[in-house]
Amino acid sequence: MIEVEINGQKHQLEVAPDMPLLWVLRDVLGLTGTKYGCGQALCGACTVHLDERVVRACVTPVSRAASKRVTTIEGLSAKGDHPLQKAWVELGVPQCGFCQSGQIMTAAALLKKKPRPTEAEIDQSMAGNLCRCGTYTRIRAAIKQASEEGR
Amino acid sequence: MRLLTIVGCGLVGVAACGPTPPVPQTAPVPPPPEGALRTPASFASIEAPDARAAALFVEASRVMLHPRCTNCHPAGDAPRIGDDARPHLPEVVRGPDDEGVVGLRCDGCHQEQNLELARVPGAPHWHLAPREMAWEGLDPAALCAQIKDPARNGDKTVAQIVEHAGHDALVAWGWDPGADRAPAPGSQAEYAALMQAWAEAGAACPEPPKETP
Repeated sequence: MIEVEINGQKHQLEVAPDMPLLWVLRDVLGLTGTKYGCGQALCGACTVHLDERVVRACVTPVSRAASKRVTTIEGLSAKGDHPLQKAWVELGVPQCGFCQSGQIMTAAALLKKKPRPTEAEIDQSMAGNLCRCGTYTRIRAAIKQASEEGR
Repeated sequence: MRLLTIVGCGLVGVAACGPTPPVPQTAPVPPPPEGALRTPASFASIEAPDARAAALFVEASRVMLHPRCTNCHPAGDAPRIGDDARPHLPEVVRGPDDEGVVGLRCDGCHQEQNLELARVPGAPHWHLAPREMAWEGLDPAALCAQIKDPARNGDKTVAQIVEHAGHDALVAWGWDPGADRAPAPGSQAEYAALMQAWAEAGAACPEPPKETP
């Protein structure tokens, strides 16, 4: 039995300790906002927060999340109104949308740590989140807009 | 005349200038088997302590200059990966504490153990060596000088370096890298024994390679 707090709710999980956190989120709990991309921590589609840290859920054993807080895209804000989510809608950032929850989760961690990131800091932090539609310029613009909103 | 002789040799071939003189067989140490390390006993026939220490260090440097070690002791601000030391993907950077930047930190992907299915390598406290401890591109002499320099070795004594070599869990990963990554030569115990013997022989460094004119 592993106890994990996910989006503010505690769960007692009867799963193998080495089950990837992503499997728990999607298949056990039905939280499908976090996506499966590569399964090798190479694309960032499965990005979630473990306490305050950004992790790739596809390679994170659920045992690592024991007694910690997991935040997924579903729990980032109560009404989907995080400054990043609002900027994403206003600028029409997504194209196909598959990578976007991972992009937003990484960007949210960045803005929490650095509310006024430089372009270089944005690029360095976001380098592990791939977008095959190539929406990178809109992603960067939305992060800057959300940063401005928090000013 | 001397120039003419050299040109002449070049024109007619080396054989016309006589046989190449035999390389003096002064090295008493047998060559290492593939993927293995020679033991300290292999170097016992070198009587002069400094020469023995230098030879022991050169052997130990086969571990430190292996891609399993140099990939995370890079000369720049990004690690390398694989036996061919290609750039790390994603394009991570060392950041202010050698553990990445927010959103892309080492432990966001690397766990405390290798992942068999995802092939992501892992060990406790996965991180880059500080920039002053870069090993990539060094020769054994430069590596030795760096390792003995407290300003570039984390302020360690030689004894602490030997201890680190033998017992650090991240160092140990070099012999258990997982997936299809080639392990460092020998074993951690054999590497530590070489470093210990190097220290006991006085921790002298090998001579830098002679510059070619």
